[in-house]
Amino acid sequence: MIAEIGHYAVVLALMLSIVQGILPLVGAYRNDAALMGVAEPAARGQFLFVFIAFFALTYAYVVSDFSVALVAHTSHTLKPMLYKISGVWGNHEGSMLLWILILSLFGLMVAQFGRNLPGSLRARVLAIQGLIGIGFLAFLLFTSNPFLRLDPAPVEGQGLNPLLQDPGLAFHPPFLYLGYVGFSMAFSFAVAALIEGRVDPAWARWVRPWTLVAWTTLTIGIALGSWWAYYELGWGGWWFWDPVENASFLPWLVGTALLHSALVVERRDTLKSWTILLAIIAFGMSLLGTFLVRSGLLTSVHTFATDPERGVFILGLFIVVIGGALVLYAIRAPMLKGGGLFAPVSREGALVLNNLLLATATAVVFLGTLYPLALDAIGSGKVSVGAPFFNATFVPLMVPLLIACPIGAMMAWKRGDLPGVVGRLRVAVGLAGLVVLATVMIDGNTDIVAALAMGVAAWLVTGAAVDLAERTGLFRISFSETLRRAANLPRSAWGTAIAHSALGIMVAGITASSSWQTERIQIVRLGDTVELAGYEVTFRGASNVTGPNYTALRGTFDLTANGRKITTLHPEKRDYPAEKSGTTEAAIHTTPIADVYVVLGDSDGKGGWAARMYHNPLVPWIWAGAIFMAIGGMVSLSDRRLRVGAPKRVAHKTPAAEAA
Amino acid sequence: MKLFLFVAVLLAAPLVAPVISPAISPFAPPAALALQPDEILKDPALEARAREISKELRCLVCQNQSIDDSDATLARDLRILVRDRLTAGDTDTETVNFIVERYGDFVLLRPPFKNSTLILWISPVVIFLIGIIGVTLWHRRRRVAVAAPVVPLTADERARVDALLAEKPEQ
Repeated sequence: MIAEIGHYAVVLALMLSIVQGILPLVGAYRNDAALMGVAEPAARGQFLFVFIAFFALTYAYVVSDFSVALVAHTSHTLKPMLYKISGVWGNHEGSMLLWILILSLFGLMVAQFGRNLPGSLRARVLAIQGLIGIGFLAFLLFTSNPFLRLDPAPVEGQGLNPLLQDPGLAFHPPFLYLGYVGFSMAFSFAVAALIEGRVDPAWARWVRPWTLVAWTTLTIGIALGSWWAYYELGWGGWWFWDPVENASFLPWLVGTALLHSALVVERRDTLKSWTILLAIIAFGMSLLGTFLVRSGLLTSVHTFATDPERGVFILGLFIVVIGGALVLYAIRAPMLKGGGLFAPVSREGALVLNNLLLATATAVVFLGTLYPLALDAIGSGKVSVGAPFFNATFVPLMVPLLIACPIGAMMAWKRGDLPGVVGRLRVAVGLAGLVVLATVMIDGNTDIVAALAMGVAAWLVTGAAVDLAERTGLFRISFSETLRRAANLPRSAWGTAIAHSALGIMVAGITASSSWQTERIQIVRLGDTVELAGYEVTFRGASNVTGPNYTALRGTFDLTANGRKITTLHPEKRDYPAEKSGTTEAAIHTTPIADVYVVLGDSDGKGGWAARMYHNPLVPWIWAGAIFMAIGGMVSLSDRRLRVGAPKRVAHKTPAAEAA
Repeated sequence: MKLFLFVAVLLAAPLVAPVISPAISPFAPPAALALQPDEILKDPALEARAREISKELRCLVCQNQSIDDSDATLARDLRILVRDRLTAGDTDTETVNFIVERYGDFVLLRPPFKNSTLILWISPVVIFLIGIIGVTLWHRRRRVAVAAPVVPLTADERARVDALLAEKPEQ
């Protein structure tokens, strides 16, 4: 019964999304307030019904209702409650429902908080959201219905892929989808602005918070996924340039470009049509990611559906949504007239360079991801495009971007003074140089590229600090005055500095962990001690343990440094009988400057065990950097400017109003 | 109006009949581990070369994983093959060529530079150059466009501006 209610709720949501997608558009065209007014209740209703559906599916998972086919195929009574709930989106149908839930949540937020938007813009934005909703709800109902029944219901479910039975599943997909779907807001605003034929600084200010929300959550989502891969896959890698990872990285790159170009629209009323295009492409990339994962073109842990029918549906959806938007763009964009002029050396110029490099990087990742598929499709042979290709092409594009970042952030609008800015950054230049020298001296092998990369990391962090010091007059004026200025500094300035220095932290983590990793792969026997980058790892045996729905072999390793006990590590090799597969659970000891990472392998049958041990210097900085980046986004989001909105036009006083 | 819409929606809903679709079956093979202790060569220099080569070779049955990272049996066979060739005295290039002869270009994670991959390899430079040219042209055109004379206010607009300016700000 509950499942039928959920099913019916999805159908109702589809009907409402049709209403939401059509009537407000007609209303805005005819300037009919009643029709435009349909948008908000429809958006609220849509959220309500999708929420009911989502709740119904969650309920089916919680009570292990195996008469629902999806639950029977992807759940198990012995599964811990956390994975019963997060398992709702650990499959194609359920994750699609989560996608739609978040889409309707954004619709709800516009309905609730969009009062400062002009009526016609709000109606059109909600209508575009409704149109997207039609596509995805129809996709869910007609090709991927999560509420189908199974008769007879099996006594036990088939279980969930053990790799997904991890707290990571509870957080990684929801954040990722908040990001993906969040870009639908930028998309809807862009399309609505194209229909209205008007893009101005006010528009940029309205679209910015949504883009920031999407970008921030996508940053968290990608970082969580990479962290999950790092501790779950058992060999310490955290980014593989896997097509599915790339699919999430593409909208992030475009979204980053969009955040920066929208800044130019907001401040200088120019770069409008480019910003609109980025908004369309950012959502396009999100849809592409959704398509790739579900098309059957790729196989990995992420690919749920290998049903070509679904792939064709999503591809069709992708073409209609993005193709339609691009046609509209081609017709309307030439009407958008730019405002402010600027010299090549200026903040605007720096932001254009940022966009140029990010757009090129996006194109490279896009081509690298799809080239093998395209080549195969036209029968020109099979090639692989893997990490070595991306390292050779993507990284060189990032170098100028990172170097230019602190300079651009301090450049004046309209006309900048390059030597002046570099002069003001001399402290950062000096510190970066020191870091390069220190790295060369510490690292005996003198890996000069790695040393330079560490210098870039220091440059980004100190560059952001110098920018803040300049803005607050630190060391130039009295300290209390500095504090006063710091308090008055716009939140967005803080956000920028935090996010840019976070980039530096991340660069340091990436460089150090990939350049100075220590690895030991060997057979260990009881009592064997392995030296690992200043630590000693001693094998204390392995024993069988039983978990709620798995059995595991659990190793015990003592971690000491110079004989002083630090901790005991327990890596596991788990076997999930219901799913007939297993996982390796690495044991990780994290310190602020490094991870010790131990994995237990197979027994050699003679009392020895294969073990893999890694010392990954600065690897926690990668995720710390991502977290700081997201914090930067959130701080920026709290900027007053974004909350105040457009000043309302005061209505002319009429005699009637005065009399009242 | 709202009530009518609501009723219409409710009535239309059952028309979208449930579609019975077959179930999908999950998931990937069980995991062993990547490089194993018994594969590692005694000679550290040779082993280091083997590792570098392994990072460039694709595990053919996996999704974009190198044989160095992969748990698959095939990856293990390839890792051992690479080490056998190196031990036999092959250079790095000879070893890679040996593998490519057997498995084709598909095994290379860094696609070879040839006609079919030309677009892929030159794309970063070409796209960046196109971008620079585009930005330059746009910037130049903008300068010319904005240099055009300013359109003066019409009489009506002038009057409205004067009226607004004459208004006393309310304290």
